[in-house]
Amino acid sequence: MPHIPLPEGLPGITGLLEYRLDTAKPIREMTQVLLRGPSTLTQGERELIATYVSHRNECRFCATAHTAAADLLLGEGETSRAVKENLDEAPVSEKMRALLTIAGKVQQSGLSVTEDDIAAARRQGATDLEIHDTVLIAALFCLYNRYVDGMAAWTPDEPAFYERLADRIVNRGYTRPPEGFANHTYTSTVS
Amino acid sequence: MAHVPVPEGMPGIRGLMAYRPETALPLNQLAEVLLQGPSTLTKGERELIATYVSSLNRCTYCASTHGAIAKHHLNDADVVRQVREDPETAPISPKLKALLRIAAKVQQGGRRVTDEDVAAAHAEGATDLEVHDTVLIAAAFCMFNRYVDGLATWAPDDESIYDQIGAQRATQGYLAPAKPLA
Repeated sequence: MPHIPLPEGLPGITGLLEYRLDTAKPIREMTQVLLRGPSTLTQGERELIATYVSHRNECRFCATAHTAAADLLLGEGETSRAVKENLDEAPVSEKMRALLTIAGKVQQSGLSVTEDDIAAARRQGATDLEIHDTVLIAALFCLYNRYVDGMAAWTPDEPAFYERLADRIVNRGYTRPPEGFANHTYTSTVS
Repeated sequence: MAHVPVPEGMPGIRGLMAYRPETALPLNQLAEVLLQGPSTLTKGERELIATYVSSLNRCTYCASTHGAIAKHHLNDADVVRQVREDPETAPISPKLKALLRIAAKVQQGGRRVTDEDVAAAHAEGATDLEVHDTVLIAAAFCMFNRYVDGLATWAPDDESIYDQIGAQRATQGYLAPAKPLA
């Protein structure tokens, strides 16, 4: 049960973002810029960074949600699974492997990122902006993961919930629907 | 040297915000609403949470900057130093101590926060919104700290630089353009 009363029927981050709309707004907008804005990284690649960091932070809600988003964008589920299981063997480009390595360091601490990590990403063709955005996406998910788990937000078990959520964040993005979430409430179907 | 090209002479997150204004805007808006907006926690108390989490993350730039802002709000350098060293023995309210315990758990990982931690804060009079804001401030500084150090930005040694930034942010908030450093 969440540590404080949150809006009914809105699991995970959604209930928290609806609890305090004025803090939610900049968080949503930053996510939209970083994960959906113009970038030389694909949306699928950026969702993989979110997935990898959330997985390493053991945030089940965020890891499951962004895995579902990455899978929908990439059209397959093997890449996200392999990235979480063993990055060294995952079927991603060498540039993405180097950027995900940086993201993994950021997950531990900003101070863990080394000159060698950055040089390795550059050798694989990563640009300054790609390096910047990788660090900031990883840092942003260190916020999200702590927010969701620090408030003990509701984490549904049913895969169908995350598929619907992925459909929304892939096809509508991260900004708040103008009509709010009254039509998006979710009731667990598991007794 | 920072890992991305930031304008010369701009320390910490200032340089990063100049490098990528599209993300700087929501970052500053988040800091403004959390640290400067209406709240039953004072600005000084909220900056102490930011300072303490930044200290735990060993982020010199953020801990020094928010320490300077807290010092400005509280007009007390000692309490800032004591909170950075050990909140349990610092001259602060039992409620703020309970909230700082929650912030320290968030710094380690969200899953560390227990029902007992939250009940202890409630028992000292913390409201639901104060608990929420404490968790979100702590989580936000786990982002800011990683952003600043993950890109190896410049953290000046000169305390007077932090005092300048602290005075400006404490009086003008986070949305005012960064004043050039003297």
